[in-house]
Amino acid sequence: MKAIKYSGLILFLTGLLIFTGTIFTGSFSLTQKQLDSYIAEKGYKSNVLKTELAKVVVTKEQQNIFKFSRNVRGAFEKSNTHYNDLIDKYNKEKKWDKKGAQYKYLIYGKPHTISFNLAKKAGKGYVKDNPGLMWLLTFGLGIIGALLFIIPNIILLGKPGIKNNGIYLASATNRGALAWLVLLYLVSFYLMLYFMADYAVNWTYMLDPISVSLNGGEASQWFVYGFLYCVIMLSMGVRMYIKYRHNKHQMVRTTSVLFFQIVFAFLIPEIMTSLNMPGYDFKNAFPLDYDFFFDWNLQNLTNSGGIGIFILVWGIVLTLFIVPVMVYFFGKRWYCSWVCGCGGLAETLGDPYRQHSNKKLNSWKLERWSIHAVFVFSLVMTLVTLYCYFSGTTHFIGIKSQGIKDTYSFLIGAWFAGVIGTGFYPIFGNRVWCRFGCPLAAYLGLVQRFKSRFRITTNGGQCISCGNCSTYCEQGIDVRAYAQKGENIVRASCVGCGICAAVCPRGVLKLENGPEPGRINPTDILLGNDIDLMELVNKK
Amino acid sequence: MKHIVIIGNGISGVTAARHIRKNSAYQITIVSAETKYFFSRTALMYVYMGHMKFEHTQPYENWFWEKNRIELKEGYVNTINTNDKILLFSNGEQLAYDKLIIASGSKPNKFDWPGQDLDGVMGMYHKQDLEKLEKYAPNKSICKRAVIVGGGLIGIEFAEMLKSRDIPVTFLVRESSFWNGVLPNQESTMINEHIKQHDIDLRLKTNLREIKSDKNGKVKSVIIDETGEEVCCDVVGLTAGVSPNIDFLKDSAIATRRGVLVNRFLETNIKDVYAIGDCAEQKGGGIGLRGAIESVWYTGRMMGETLAQTICGNRTEYKPGHWFNSAKFLDIEYQTYGWVFNEKKKKENQQYFQWRHSKDCKCITIAFDTNSHQFIGINTFGIRMRHEVFDRWLTQKRSIEYVLEHLIEANFDPEFYKLHESEIVEKFNKEHTTTIILTKKSWKTFFSKA
Repeated sequence: MKAIKYSGLILFLTGLLIFTGTIFTGSFSLTQKQLDSYIAEKGYKSNVLKTELAKVVVTKEQQNIFKFSRNVRGAFEKSNTHYNDLIDKYNKEKKWDKKGAQYKYLIYGKPHTISFNLAKKAGKGYVKDNPGLMWLLTFGLGIIGALLFIIPNIILLGKPGIKNNGIYLASATNRGALAWLVLLYLVSFYLMLYFMADYAVNWTYMLDPISVSLNGGEASQWFVYGFLYCVIMLSMGVRMYIKYRHNKHQMVRTTSVLFFQIVFAFLIPEIMTSLNMPGYDFKNAFPLDYDFFFDWNLQNLTNSGGIGIFILVWGIVLTLFIVPVMVYFFGKRWYCSWVCGCGGLAETLGDPYRQHSNKKLNSWKLERWSIHAVFVFSLVMTLVTLYCYFSGTTHFIGIKSQGIKDTYSFLIGAWFAGVIGTGFYPIFGNRVWCRFGCPLAAYLGLVQRFKSRFRITTNGGQCISCGNCSTYCEQGIDVRAYAQKGENIVRASCVGCGICAAVCPRGVLKLENGPEPGRINPTDILLGNDIDLMELVNKK
Repeated sequence: MKHIVIIGNGISGVTAARHIRKNSAYQITIVSAETKYFFSRTALMYVYMGHMKFEHTQPYENWFWEKNRIELKEGYVNTINTNDKILLFSNGEQLAYDKLIIASGSKPNKFDWPGQDLDGVMGMYHKQDLEKLEKYAPNKSICKRAVIVGGGLIGIEFAEMLKSRDIPVTFLVRESSFWNGVLPNQESTMINEHIKQHDIDLRLKTNLREIKSDKNGKVKSVIIDETGEEVCCDVVGLTAGVSPNIDFLKDSAIATRRGVLVNRFLETNIKDVYAIGDCAEQKGGGIGLRGAIESVWYTGRMMGETLAQTICGNRTEYKPGHWFNSAKFLDIEYQTYGWVFNEKKKKENQQYFQWRHSKDCKCITIAFDTNSHQFIGINTFGIRMRHEVFDRWLTQKRSIEYVLEHLIEANFDPEFYKLHESEIVEKFNKEHTTTIILTKKSWKTFFSKA
């Protein structure tokens, strides 16, 4: 069994190595004709750009993506510098007509994105020519390797039951060198995905056939991410099924997150796109879906006929009614641990790291500041955006609409949710984003804390303070602090994953929904002691 | 200001300290020779198994003690001078007290086995035992086999610990079936099977004759008394029960028998000296059906809660409520509420109703009065049940029929788990020709207001 497991690991690592290695392969160049048609298609008017680009991309020279990207970005920069200089010059000379005439030559957009779009057309090489084979050598090997690594656990883990053996003895799960390596890889991956997507252009070739068959278009970096996300969740979902095979609650919950990720987050939006509808993830609620009220999205939706209007109404109803009503009945777990994509990744890929969330009181204090600050940030941003959208202005209460949107997208959307949120899994635990950053979690948390039927019930006086619940709480809740006092756990941050109840050796914890009275039950003297004393002390 | 000194920083001593702090401004000092900070003894096993780090076994962050003005003193108390109210430490230090609480817990039993003090022979009780185990059994190549002597709760946990590192275990149990001094046959048999399924070499009706040494004074093998068989091993775990850890009181004026003798108010024969937890022995014999010495986490805590009241001026008798306990046997969780004795100790007017799942390791035994049908207690294995509900039913003196009819109310398993209650009730109906109908949860409870 161990032999199978380790050969699986070798296959997986080989797949990962090839996948990572493909970045450095291929050569990127265009014919003059291709370049001309690209420039015409994009409507670029700059002649400087035309000549500069022609110099670097119409070439027989073998250049990899890094050189290509540098050259392309250089060309755009040169062009923009040229016209900006002219603008400055005419500005000084007060030749307003001439100054105004230059603006149409300026090219907006993120340099790496422009480079990506061009690279997508310019790539040649083995990966582009053999997407099927390369898919097998990367995704294929990775999936087979991961499954071979995971499935022997049915035997190796022993009888069904909680088997956290060795978690704190292994480098990968005890913040050892391996964990740091994984962190480095994940962080690099996210930095590339968010900020240097053109470097990943080879990955998109491997998924072009799948993308075309699903939505009719070629794969973007986001398609790669979405596809990878599903593949990782499925493979690690298998791991969850095996690890918690004695626990039906966890099996059902894992099925739910997999279903919502694959069907709602991935397939439905792709199919909608193929039908010329706006691709929309029907479960992604504002303010987690922070750009729902951005002007481009509102325009897109209002221009998409009936389905667009339906999405618009659904998005508002989801946030204002469905989400809080469901939290009232079931707690925020219905979203965070059963439906959400971020939660889904945390509960599958992130499960081996759940013990790393910090349980100290100070971390709880930081969490409350941080998550509510992001929540307020998202609301202010949306308010400004909406005001500007409807009034046609660019500023509101002294805040520039575009500026605050860009800041939020950069700081919260990319850095916090992505780079930190997932990249830091191996060291800081699998719910860093959900605990410290997610504005939707903040909103759900407020409802859960103050108006909900959900609680984790403590079973009378049965707690032995062993600490398994606290250790394995991914949200950093010191569950034991409540359980050992016989108190129910009612916390805004609890995502109701149910692992505290699963790891408890004495059957002390149960996630349940019930009447509000008695939900919060502070006790001093615990059940099992003198009844008179309990009444005397607890009612004081 | 009065100075309260507590010897022992286990659950009893720490609970007492916390409650004294809640109710008074007394100076409080906790003395321990084992560790500076309180940790959960029951969780030591998880540290060796790699489920947790030692720091995770500490229920309070280190700042907690200073913030609550509870002083922690590391040291071993050699003698107690109750006349002058002074503690003398092994390093010569002294500490004066106004009120003294002895909460020194237990120590593993040894029965003068030859070789019981060799290197590699240990109990599984103190933090130091854990360190020893890490030294002698870090993995299966250094520890090729371990022998556990004594089939109680610590013994099976010790075996589970070693198995988590793939170390082969031979488990010597004196009784004819695991823990059958407490458990009815059905449960004990199920646990026997479960132990064997975990590839633990369970030897029932087997005693230890001696532990043999290699030339370096380290354990080499054990000899089995019944057969003379020699079992080679690198570690021997002695888990034949525990007894009060009170050797340091020998020369004091405090009256002891097996434990420190206390009255129902947990007071010893000396004024201002109290004893709680595992080391306390009820002078007049056990309360109700309880033993005179109770070495259980929960009773230690309850004594701490109670004594704190007395110390703070509200003299309170130790009156534990209905008995309850829990444990985990490898993968099987066990809870008990009320009294279920094994077949030998069961009273004549009592009988069992038993159910066991056809495949899974799940079973229950309900003890009830043959004549009145009053519910007396339940053992539940593999199904979690609610403490609060059974506590209430015991107080209300419900009949077994009532308990079975409402059994779903007591279910504490996670949502979506398969329910066995209807099968259980069906079995009772068949055996007793009754027609109990299980009350099922109505969907209306979804909206219920209370």
